[in-house]
Amino acid sequence: MLRLISLVPVMVFAAVSVGLGFSLSNDPRKLPSMLIDKPTPAFKLAALDGGGGLSSDDLKGKIALLNVFASWCAGCRVEHPMLMALAQRSGLPIYGVSWKDDRATGASWLKANQSPYVQVGDDASGRLGIDLGVTGVPETFVIDRTGRIRYRHAGPITDEAWQETFEPLLAALRSEPQ
Amino acid sequence: MRRYRILAMRRVAGVIGLLLTLSAASLAVTPGEVLQDPKLEARAREISRNLRCLVCQNQSIDDSDAELAHDLRVLVRERLTAGDTDAQAIGFMVARYGNFVLLKPPLQADTLMLWFGPALLLAVAAIGFGRYLRRSQAADRSATATPLGADEQERLDAILSKRRPA
Repeated sequence: MLRLISLVPVMVFAAVSVGLGFSLSNDPRKLPSMLIDKPTPAFKLAALDGGGGLSSDDLKGKIALLNVFASWCAGCRVEHPMLMALAQRSGLPIYGVSWKDDRATGASWLKANQSPYVQVGDDASGRLGIDLGVTGVPETFVIDRTGRIRYRHAGPITDEAWQETFEPLLAALRSEPQ
Repeated sequence: MRRYRILAMRRVAGVIGLLLTLSAASLAVTPGEVLQDPKLEARAREISRNLRCLVCQNQSIDDSDAELAHDLRVLVRERLTAGDTDAQAIGFMVARYGNFVLLKPPLQADTLMLWFGPALLLAVAAIGFGRYLRRSQAADRSATATPLGADEQERLDAILSKRRPA
């Protein structure tokens, strides 16, 4: 009996270590999205770059990425080459939302860096971002054929995230009945 | 001499007053956001005090200077002006950002441990400590229950008298 009691501090220490170890990998900035499996909120944005603008209807009927970005955001610059590569090789349409940015600045940034987007909407007020539960940029949403949001990725899309999360998810979405 | 002291005290009071004014001016809420209707504004302040800023996560949106916090404050005021109840305005935020946006988590099935975990832990510790106390008291009692035998007492006395300085 005495021996068991003497093990208690060791057990408590082990439990605390496991708990703290878990919090090391648990990034509090990664919040679960409330919109998973819910329809994309209805929206209609003016065009950022003189195109036809962007509305929620544009996303219907196909698997697509919705990327929220801003010219003032450093992470978006990091992510930009990845988006360009994806636009070229994956055949997946990428839609852009310019979040809380001046329209002219956003448009010229996109022009200077080339646009990976099929269409880009201007969300200067940030309201669509709030409806999407965006807490910062970049954020990317995977939208299925029925127009529902299936995944939210916060931060730049890395090669690792693409291979480990996006690709399996997209494969699963493609095999879903039309 | 006394005059000088009064003057100095006035100066100190002035500095304190100035500091208080400055600290009031450092509020995150900007004058442009404030609603005309003081009742509505008071409700908006109360709601935003309980909503978490998603950028600087340990501040309320009422405290935070982050731009997103500003947008959310304006949104809360818009909802209230449009006739939302407090619960509806808060629900609007929760629908977008989840329960995480509430600084005080709601009492529901998956937050039971959060609310009652500490009390449960305290109760378990109290029960454990109580049992430990009872057991050690019982041990004490059983220890005093067997008196020393005559020869044991003799040996003890011998040892004690030897130790005692002469």
